[in-house]
Amino acid sequence: MNMIQAINSAMDVMMERDSSVVVMGEDVGYFGGVFRATAGLQDKYGKERVFDTPITECGIVGVAIGMGAYGLRPVPEIQFADYIYPALDQLVSEAARLRYRSAGEFIAPLTVRSPFGGGIFGGQTHSQSPEGIFTHVSGLKTVIPATPYDAKGLLIACIEDNDPVIFFEPKRIYNGPFDGKYDSPAKNWGSHPGGEVPTGYYRIPLGKAAVVREGEALTILCYGTMVHVVANTVAEAGVDAEIIDLRTLMPLDVDTIVESVKKTGRCMIVHEATRTQGFGAELAAVVQERCFYHLEAPIERVTGFDTPYPHSLEWAYFPGPVRIGQALKKILKD
Amino acid sequence: MPAAPQRSNLPKLSLHVPEPKFRPGDEVDFSDVDVPAAGSASRPDSAADPAEFHQLAYTLVRVLGDDGQAVGPWDPRLDPDTLRIMLRNMALTRAFDERMFRAQRQGKTSFYMKSTGEEAVAVAAAMALAQDDMCFPSYRQQGILITRGYPLIEMMNQIYSNKGDKLQGKQLPIMYSDREKGFFSISGNLATQYPQAVGWAMASAAKGDSRIAATWCGEGSTAEGDFHSACTFAAVYRAPVILNVVNNQWAISSFSGFAGAEATTFAARAIGYGIAGLRIDGNDPLAVYAATQWAAERARTNQGPTLIEHFTYRAEGHSTSDDPSAYRSAQEATAWPLGDPVKRLKEHLIALGEWDEERHAAQDLELAEMVRKTQKEAEKNGILGHGMHQKFETMFEGVYEEMPWHLKEQMQQMLDEEAAAGRPGPKR
Repeated sequence: MNMIQAINSAMDVMMERDSSVVVMGEDVGYFGGVFRATAGLQDKYGKERVFDTPITECGIVGVAIGMGAYGLRPVPEIQFADYIYPALDQLVSEAARLRYRSAGEFIAPLTVRSPFGGGIFGGQTHSQSPEGIFTHVSGLKTVIPATPYDAKGLLIACIEDNDPVIFFEPKRIYNGPFDGKYDSPAKNWGSHPGGEVPTGYYRIPLGKAAVVREGEALTILCYGTMVHVVANTVAEAGVDAEIIDLRTLMPLDVDTIVESVKKTGRCMIVHEATRTQGFGAELAAVVQERCFYHLEAPIERVTGFDTPYPHSLEWAYFPGPVRIGQALKKILKD
Repeated sequence: MPAAPQRSNLPKLSLHVPEPKFRPGDEVDFSDVDVPAAGSASRPDSAADPAEFHQLAYTLVRVLGDDGQAVGPWDPRLDPDTLRIMLRNMALTRAFDERMFRAQRQGKTSFYMKSTGEEAVAVAAAMALAQDDMCFPSYRQQGILITRGYPLIEMMNQIYSNKGDKLQGKQLPIMYSDREKGFFSISGNLATQYPQAVGWAMASAAKGDSRIAATWCGEGSTAEGDFHSACTFAAVYRAPVILNVVNNQWAISSFSGFAGAEATTFAARAIGYGIAGLRIDGNDPLAVYAATQWAAERARTNQGPTLIEHFTYRAEGHSTSDDPSAYRSAQEATAWPLGDPVKRLKEHLIALGEWDEERHAAQDLELAEMVRKTQKEAEKNGILGHGMHQKFETMFEGVYEEMPWHLKEQMQQMLDEEAAAGRPGPKR
């Protein structure tokens, strides 16, 4: 399966298992979603469980919270993460706080799916990586898969979770892994082990990172599209890096990170999002606090620049193999 | 940007900034407020097309006339016992407000908000709904909880954030929550409950349930984007929901003109969405009851949502942190042409020969005494700042279903700080 099919399959499995699961969003019903993630679901489960919505993100999330309060398990889609901001008040002030402020009387078991990330010539409003906004909000969980296998298992876990989850889907790798070489032919998931996806139910626990490559020279923390860009760059450079795909950003799998950095003594953080106060800053702080006496070099952050996401200069902006390669040289030189 | 060239042949544009008619010290004259006669508004069938409601969105549905008689097609014809229960619930809400406002002034809690003059909007509406219909209130519908029999001591425990507070001192006073009584957790963020109520109603419909939802916001909050998205969703899916706009003329210091009232009514907003809209005398408990009953029937028969504008007046300050004499004439509350909802219902019952001034005075005394006794009981659980709060650990509980490692670490840090500071834990 590709990642779209895996995500579709996760919703299919959960809708089959649990009649309280409903899917809603702009164009998700009859049409099956602008990325086809919900294709076929309305036919199979009916319009009362899979439906198109008006174009109002605050409405989509607000209505989903009310459905959650009723006892449903809504899976709203925000068409692009760049368009999640109108729903911020409902997410931050309501979904994230509902359990806390009602001392558990009401909960918001939503999974907000949204395609995110760049590398597709999406320009300013189809490329953003706003995960740092959500990891800052107590009460929200933030999950980002890097393979179809993980996407399905994690999405099922998100839908089953009783806390509100932001599930960001790296749209650059919907159809195949991306090594950062934008001028090479596109690959598909057929030849990648992460593309093998069981058709039935399985789940990947939230809060658990995956070590995608074991190594001794340094630890690289990444997620989403960057897992593949990093893996390829490291392989070509012949560096024995330990690559950790965080999978869940909040709550963070601190044990896996700390164990790895204590072993390697070096830590690099890679994300597409802008640098200043991006999630990488939190990762760097966590590593500095817990692994200070094991560190043999300053922690490196390889990120997008602190600019809006550009259109024509996308590949100068994107933290690709060149930027990662230079950071590798810097962190390994001592 | 360079200055625009002056075109001397065109008039200069000017910006209109609304201004209320009366400011502090001004003589108040409400004679231009259009108050149609009781009984004059038509009552369409609850299955009528939304397009038939244009006229009802600009008038005022009124049942109780100046003579205390109930008249016209909207008279809900309630029996005297029901009327007396309604009067009692409204009087109790007022007595509770008086006592808790004073408790804040005595420093027993940080904050309070009264609903004086708006008791009918919550009490009569709650009586017209089924007990298990879900309410998504704003912060000024305490009358719903009181009508549904929620224990006053629980409300007070919440206001005091004491050891009896089931919200564990996590919420600002009056931000109640009670799932059992169908009273959704109140949020400080305005109008967010509007789309949530619509979503609850959509869920009920999708599940083939028979319960409906009702929500309330002030006229000031109708300017929020959530109001628009909720009305759109409600209309699109014909959600079984009642959208109440409590137009009490004031949003803190801003008069209703800043929410658009100079140009139109709030009920008229419904027309553009294709929703049935009613504009009613919010100080007429029978009109509130009848309109809610009508809207509930409409929702329960799959005819869709109703928007009800309750035309009323916020008789007191916005909150204990507000001084209305700084922005409006002190005469407004007494000059308000629609009067006082408690007094109007009392006079109706007296006109029916089912009540008298002596019984009313006795009831007021009884309610005040009951509230006072309950307050004493609540204060045994502590008042704000007197140490009888919740266990320290509760601060970290309920952020997530299970506490993640970082919160466990922070909780330990806080416990260590408390131990180092020598501050005792809550008195049990």
